[in-house]
Amino acid sequence: MKLERRRLLAAGIVTAAGAVFGAGLAQAKERVIRVTARKFVFLPREIQLKKGVPVVLEFVTADVVMGFNAPDFNVRADIIPGKVSRLRLVPDKTGTFVFLCDIFCGDGHEGMSGQIHVVA
Amino acid sequence: MRQSIDRREFLKLAGLGGAVFASGLAGGAKFAGAAQDDFYFVQLSDTHWGFNGPVVNPDAGGTLPKAVAAVNSLEFEPDFIVFTGDLTHTTDDPKERRRRLAEFRDIVKGLKNKNVRFMPGEHDAALDNGQAWKEFFGASYYSFDHKGVHFIAVDNVSDPAARIGSEQLAWLKSDLATQAADARIVVFTHRPLFDLYPQWDWATRDGAQAIELLMPHKNVTVFYGHIHQEHHQMTGHIAHHSAKSLIFPLPAPGSQPKRAPILWDPAQPYKGLGFRGVDAEVQKAEYEITEYPVKKA
Repeated sequence: MKLERRRLLAAGIVTAAGAVFGAGLAQAKERVIRVTARKFVFLPREIQLKKGVPVVLEFVTADVVMGFNAPDFNVRADIIPGKVSRLRLVPDKTGTFVFLCDIFCGDGHEGMSGQIHVVA
Repeated sequence: MRQSIDRREFLKLAGLGGAVFASGLAGGAKFAGAAQDDFYFVQLSDTHWGFNGPVVNPDAGGTLPKAVAAVNSLEFEPDFIVFTGDLTHTTDDPKERRRRLAEFRDIVKGLKNKNVRFMPGEHDAALDNGQAWKEFFGASYYSFDHKGVHFIAVDNVSDPAARIGSEQLAWLKSDLATQAADARIVVFTHRPLFDLYPQWDWATRDGAQAIELLMPHKNVTVFYGHIHQEHHQMTGHIAHHSAKSLIFPLPAPGSQPKRAPILWDPAQPYKGLGFRGVDAEVQKAEYEITEYPVKKA
């Protein structure tokens, strides 16, 4: 576990939802992107980011428990009805990367994905 | 033994002989266990009973019965048959889920061989934590022994988050503790235990913990489903073999942007669908995999 955490920190990624907001003024200025999950889409489906620039992804759903997973950045979050989940992401590479729902939520779950575009 | 040899001779003569996969670190080492007969079993997977999508499979209601008939017409009867999950296609309606499970059960009652093992897939079990599936088929994880091989069925689907979970992992640990280091171990599961392609959800969130528990055992082979295609991969000395589906094939991992079913080809109906026979040569810890089509060409 320690190793994994070190690896994530080295990649500039902090996965702990909520940890972002207790951490001082600098982070209060970070761009916040709200992502709504519903059966069976993420809105927005496309997220534009800049390499090295931190963002906070905020997830909400009115449906059922879902998940957000961006495997190429080793980050994920549960998305729970009635709650706001937060995830801080500092993209460490450019390109187009898939994100997907990783909690089975019904017929259509397999198509529930989107893309993160990271530019320099 | 005699039947196994006859079957292998038959496979060769019929040009059906499959790829032979050595299990783990066997390397011809003498098995400490008692001499055992070789045998073979049949794996079917991802039948998705209740699926409706004519562009993908216009014979969704006929493919499973055809597969049952194909298994029944095999030249040699397998020792047992295993279904590695997604017996039914998912539905939000609990009544409909049970109806599909009941129809599936009734169709596979047509198998001549009555030694049939079942496992859930996420389509069967994830929306109610396996409740309906268990009503029909019992425990979702278990182990059994057959002719010198220890078989373990691992449930990585009843948790919608694709976790095996601490309780089952503790059970797996205690089950493996009963096995010698050179025991012949075969694991059945639905999702890949390793990160095959997490971008398409082809992974088990805590699968690495299961693999870690299996690693001290020299001869471990995993047969799974979920990805609707044949795929062979090693994690260390552990071999993982996925099976074809009986409803629609899926593209190779990462071969295209979206994980979308491969469309039905009217010129080649049932292409990419099928089931497999696995010949276990216990002493050598080798498994010969022979792929069979749903319907003979």
